[in-house]
Amino acid sequence: MNGLLPILIATLVAGTPLVYAALGELVTERSGVLNLGVEGMMLVGAIAAFAVAYHTGSVPLAVLAGAAAGIGMALLFGLLAISFKANQVAAGLALAIFGGGLSSYLGKSYVGMALVIPQSQLSAAAADIPVLGALLGPLHPLVWLSWLVFAAIAWFLYRSRAGLVLRAVGESPSAAHAIGYPVIRIRYAATAFGGAMAGIAGAYVSVIYTALWTEGLVAGRGWIAVALVVFATWRPERCILGAYLFGGVTTAQLFAQGAGVAVPSELMSALPYLATVLVLVLISRDETLIRLNLPASLGKPFDAEG
Amino acid sequence: MTPTPDQSLDDQPARRPLRLELRGIRKAYPAVVANDGVDLAVAPGEIHAVVGENGAGKSTLMKIIYGMVRPDAGEMLWEGREAEVRSPVDAQRLGIGMVFQHFALFETLTVAENIALATPGRPAIADLAPRIAELATRYGLPVDPMRRVHSMSVGERQRVEIIRALLQSPRLLIMDEPTSVLTPQAVRRLFETLRQLAAEGCSILYISHKLDEIRELCERATILRGGKVVGICDPRAETPASLARAMIGAELPGFRDAAARSPGAMRLTVTNLSKPADGPFGTALGGISLGVRAGEILGIAGVSGNGQKELLAALSGEARSADATTVAIDGAPAGHLAPAARRRLGLAYVPEDRQGQGAIPVLTLSENALLTAARQGLTRHGLVQFGKLRAYAERCISSFDVRCGGPDAAAGSLSGGNLQKFIVGREVLQEPGVLVVAQPTWGVDVGAAVAIRQALIDRAAAGAAVLVVSEELDELFEIADRIAVIAGGRLSPAYPARLVDRDAIGLAMTGTFPPVPGDAAPVPHPPTPEAAHAAAP
Repeated sequence: MNGLLPILIATLVAGTPLVYAALGELVTERSGVLNLGVEGMMLVGAIAAFAVAYHTGSVPLAVLAGAAAGIGMALLFGLLAISFKANQVAAGLALAIFGGGLSSYLGKSYVGMALVIPQSQLSAAAADIPVLGALLGPLHPLVWLSWLVFAAIAWFLYRSRAGLVLRAVGESPSAAHAIGYPVIRIRYAATAFGGAMAGIAGAYVSVIYTALWTEGLVAGRGWIAVALVVFATWRPERCILGAYLFGGVTTAQLFAQGAGVAVPSELMSALPYLATVLVLVLISRDETLIRLNLPASLGKPFDAEG
Repeated sequence: MTPTPDQSLDDQPARRPLRLELRGIRKAYPAVVANDGVDLAVAPGEIHAVVGENGAGKSTLMKIIYGMVRPDAGEMLWEGREAEVRSPVDAQRLGIGMVFQHFALFETLTVAENIALATPGRPAIADLAPRIAELATRYGLPVDPMRRVHSMSVGERQRVEIIRALLQSPRLLIMDEPTSVLTPQAVRRLFETLRQLAAEGCSILYISHKLDEIRELCERATILRGGKVVGICDPRAETPASLARAMIGAELPGFRDAAARSPGAMRLTVTNLSKPADGPFGTALGGISLGVRAGEILGIAGVSGNGQKELLAALSGEARSADATTVAIDGAPAGHLAPAARRRLGLAYVPEDRQGQGAIPVLTLSENALLTAARQGLTRHGLVQFGKLRAYAERCISSFDVRCGGPDAAAGSLSGGNLQKFIVGREVLQEPGVLVVAQPTWGVDVGAAVAIRQALIDRAAAGAAVLVVSEELDELFEIADRIAVIAGGRLSPAYPARLVDRDAIGLAMTGTFPPVPGDAAPVPHPPTPEAAHAAAP
C-alpha cells in the first residue's frame, strides 16, 4: 500500500487537467459544437491564472481568472462558429493557434518565474481524516472538485431534463428548434461551459501542477483532451478513465526514468500520449456505441430559417 | 404588420369565432414569393385540407402558423383575437400542434424522452408513461414508451409524433403530408384517429397532395398555386380530376400506351442476396432473390427502413458482395463489381437522394451530366468534349422539360422535381439495358411525376429491365407489371400487379407474405421460387 500510494497520488495529479478539459469538451460536443481550440483555451486560462496567483497569491482567485479567460476564448469561438456559422474545424484550429500566441505574449514577463503556493488548508484538514486522509491530504482540493464535476456532469447528461435537451440539440438541432428550444443559446452555453473547464484545467497546470510558467506549458494536453472525448465515445465515465490512464503512464514513465531505465527521455515523455490514444482506440471500436452516443449534428452549423 | 385591420366580417357562416384565420399572409424569399396574400379560415372541429403542388407554398404557410417562419406581411387571428406567433413555443401556448413530414424526433432517445422534451410543464418521465398509455388506448396509437426511436418503423414514429402533439391538448393540429410513408392499413387507422379528434372539437389542417385521401377525409380544402389561394371547395363534391386541374391549373396529361409490352429475356437477376446489418440503424438483408426481364417494370414496395437502402446499394455497386453471382446484369456476374463496372455492363441508377448522391448541388447541370454519362462519347483521350457535353445536357433538359437556367445552372438551384427530371433524363438517355430507380417521384409535383413515370414506361417498352423502389403504392400500381414487397430485409414473391390489391400488398408490408394469386405451382419466373423459399422461414 505504502509503495503504491505515491504512484496513485501522482497519477491523479497528472490526470486532473485532462479530466477538466475533456469533460468540458464533452459537454460542448454533446450540443453539436466541435471546438478544437481546447489547447488554446487551456493556455490562455493557464497564463491568466498564473498572473493572478503571482500578484494576489490567492489560488481561488487564480482559478476563477482561468475559468473566466477560458469562457472569453470560448465565446470568441462561439461568435465565429455559432453566430457567423464559420467552419467549426477551421475556427477551432485558429482558436488553438491564437491561444498559443496570446499566452506566449501575455506570459513573456513571467517566463521562468515560480509560484510559492502554501499547502491548502482544506487539504491539511483532510489529511486528518482516518484512512482516506492519506490519499486526500496530498491532493489539492481542485482534484477533489474534479470528481464532483464528473459526478455532476454524468447526472446532468443522463438524469436531468436540461441534459436531455442538450443531447437532443446535439442530435438534431432542427428538431429541437421545431419543438421550441433555443438552439443557439444552448450551444453558446455548452461552449462557454467547455471554455470554463478548459480554463480551470489550464489554471491547474500552471498554478498547482507545475507552479511555474514557461511558453507552451500545456504541452498538447488540450489536443489529448479532444481526442479523449471522441475515443471515450462521448461518455463521461470513459473520459475520466482515459484521463487517469494518461496520468498513470505519465507517472510510470517518470518513475522509470528515475529508476534509470535506458530509454531516451524524449521517447519516455511521448509514452503517455501514445498509450492513451492506443488504448482508447482499442476500446472504442464498437460501432453501435459510437452511433448511439455521437452527437449527430457535431460540427454542423445550425440555421433556424434553413 | 398592420396594427388595425379593416373589420370586414368574414363571409364564413360560422356563429362561433373561427379557430384560426389568416389574412393576407405574404412571405418572400430572395428567389421566390412563397406566399402571396394568402387567406385561410379554419372552423373548430373542422378537417381542412391545404392542397397544392410542390412549391405552391403549403409548407411555408404551415411554418408561419407554427411560428418557425415570420411572415413579411399579413395577420393571424386565433379564436377571433389577433395573435402573433414568434416561435413554436408561442404556437404551442396557443394550442397549435404540428406533426412534421420529416419527423422531428431524436433517434437515439427513447419514446418517453422524446415526448418529455416536447411537453410543457417539465413532466418527469415516470409520470409521462401513464399519460402516454392513456392517449395510446384512447386513440388507438400503441407505442412502447421505453423503446429507442431508431429501432422503430416509420408508422410507429408517426404515432410518437401524434401522441407528442396530443399531450399538449392542441385545438389545432397541423399534419404535413402524414400518409406519404404509411401502409394503407396505417392510413386507415390514422384517419380514424383524426376523425375522432375532430369530433372532440380539435381542428385539423391536413397538408397533402394525395387527392383521394383529401376527398375521403376533409370537409373543406384551400387550394394553393404559385403561393396564392386559387380556390376553396368541398373536396367531397369534387372529382380527383377537377381537384388536380385546380391544383396545377391545367389538364393532367394521361399515360401513353403502357400495356403493349411483352417481357423478354432476363436482364437483371438477384440470387439469394444476404447481408448483415450495417450498424444499429441498418437492416439486414435475408436471402433476397428477384429477376427483371426485358420490357418489364418490377416494383418494390415497402415502408422505408425495411432494407430498401441496403438492397439499392447492393444493386448499384455501392455495397459489393464477395459472391459475384448474387447480382447478374444481362447474365454477367456483377455482385463483386464497383458501380462504374456495373454501368459498363448496362446498368443505370437513379438514387433516392438527389442532392448529394444523384447530383452534386454546386456543380452545373452539364458537369453533373458528365458524372454518369461520360461514356456517351463525351470525353476523348480523357479530356472533356465540352461541346458534346453541353449538347447532351441540353438534350436532357429539353426532352424532359426541365425548368432551369440552362446547362450552366447549378444543380442545387433547381427545385426537387426539376432536378429529378434532369437526373432521370441523364440516365434514360444513355439507353441502359437495366434501369434501377429509387423513389422516382418522391416530393415531385403531379405534372413532373407523370413525365417521370412515362419515361420509365417508355424505357421498358424499348427493351430495358426497369426496377422501381417506391413507397408510393399508387405509383407502383400505375406503372409496374409485378410488385414485390420488402419487409424486415426479406423480399416477398413478385405479385402480378393486375392480380393483387392494395390490401394484399399492405399485408405483405407487415412481413406476412400472401401467396401469389392463381399460382399453386411455382411461378414461371426462375428466381421467384427461390424468393418464396427464402421468405418461408
